[in-house]
Amino acid sequence: MSRLPAPLLAGARASVPLLLGLVPFGLVAGVAAVDAGLSPLQAIGLSVVVFAGASQLAVVDLLGRDAPLVVVVLTATIINLRMSMYSASIAPYFAGFRRRWRGLCAYLLTDMSYALAIATFTDGGGADAAPDTPDSDPARARLDPAEPTHRRGYYLGTAVAIWAVWQVATVAGVVVGARIPDRWGVGFAVPLVFLALLVPDLTDRPRVIAALVGGGVAVVGSGWPLNLGLIGGALAGVAAGVAADRRATA
Amino acid sequence: MTTTYGPLAVWAVVLLVGLLTFCIRYSFIYLFDRIDGVPPRAESALRYVPAAVLAALVAPAVVDPGPTVAATLVDDRLAAGAVAAAVAWYTEDVLATIGAGMMALWTMGAVL
Repeated sequence: MSRLPAPLLAGARASVPLLLGLVPFGLVAGVAAVDAGLSPLQAIGLSVVVFAGASQLAVVDLLGRDAPLVVVVLTATIINLRMSMYSASIAPYFAGFRRRWRGLCAYLLTDMSYALAIATFTDGGGADAAPDTPDSDPARARLDPAEPTHRRGYYLGTAVAIWAVWQVATVAGVVVGARIPDRWGVGFAVPLVFLALLVPDLTDRPRVIAALVGGGVAVVGSGWPLNLGLIGGALAGVAAGVAADRRATA
Repeated sequence: MTTTYGPLAVWAVVLLVGLLTFCIRYSFIYLFDRIDGVPPRAESALRYVPAAVLAALVAPAVVDPGPTVAATLVDDRLAAGAVAAAVAWYTEDVLATIGAGMMALWTMGAVL
């Protein structure tokens, strides 16, 4: 262990509290994939290739309902659009990296790795986004965010730990999922995960309005062809959130 | 429910979603030397994407519009969803939310 670079260790250590929350989410992603009729290899492939929980669940959910493939791809992509904000926000801190490292860092960019890394890079700027690590931690004490190799090490420490736990949890879910009887209704765990991600995001009025409009249109449109209720709900919700934001700031 | 799509369609979806997701993640990291960040209008819209999309995914799974208001409200999934939402609000914990929601669904199924 001691031969690993200190920033890498500091990053991995900072991610530990979040990893515990990641396990059940990954398990559900694996269970739901098998439940929807994906083969174990497809389920694991989805997890490795896409590596984004909410969109993986959406893919699996929509494939299980035989939604048109365009809708499956479009919905999953819309869910991941938020990552473009992370990409823009973290880009200056990756500026000194070689291109292939930037590519790897981009592939590993998730809600969690972003939140942890940006809090450290901006040094206290986003303290509530990451759990506090005591400064007595020797690895963190030697971390210098001004140093590109330290930033790369810290980021990869968090991101690779998250990646590994996610893959292991998904595989475990795939193995377990095949043995769970249908009558347990574990498919309901999928909307519950979305709910667990949605509720903490409702931090202000425009977001609540976005959710109410998005959910409302989706319910009304649940019988529409091509799952247009889902896409329509998402777009209407975003538009309502932007409108509410304008009114609040006007 | 099980998909009737064949392996080719499933793999095509996996690869396409993976590729598009990578492009989103890499976008500004790649473009950093050329432009300065997300345009403010786009940023304002992106902020509301998670709430809108997640709600659009959740709502039809827990709300099943019936012929009357009462028929819509007396529903095991809606009740389980409400319990789970309350737990999510107070704990912000995925495991606790899944646990509470599933327990509520099973309890309701046994009672109703």
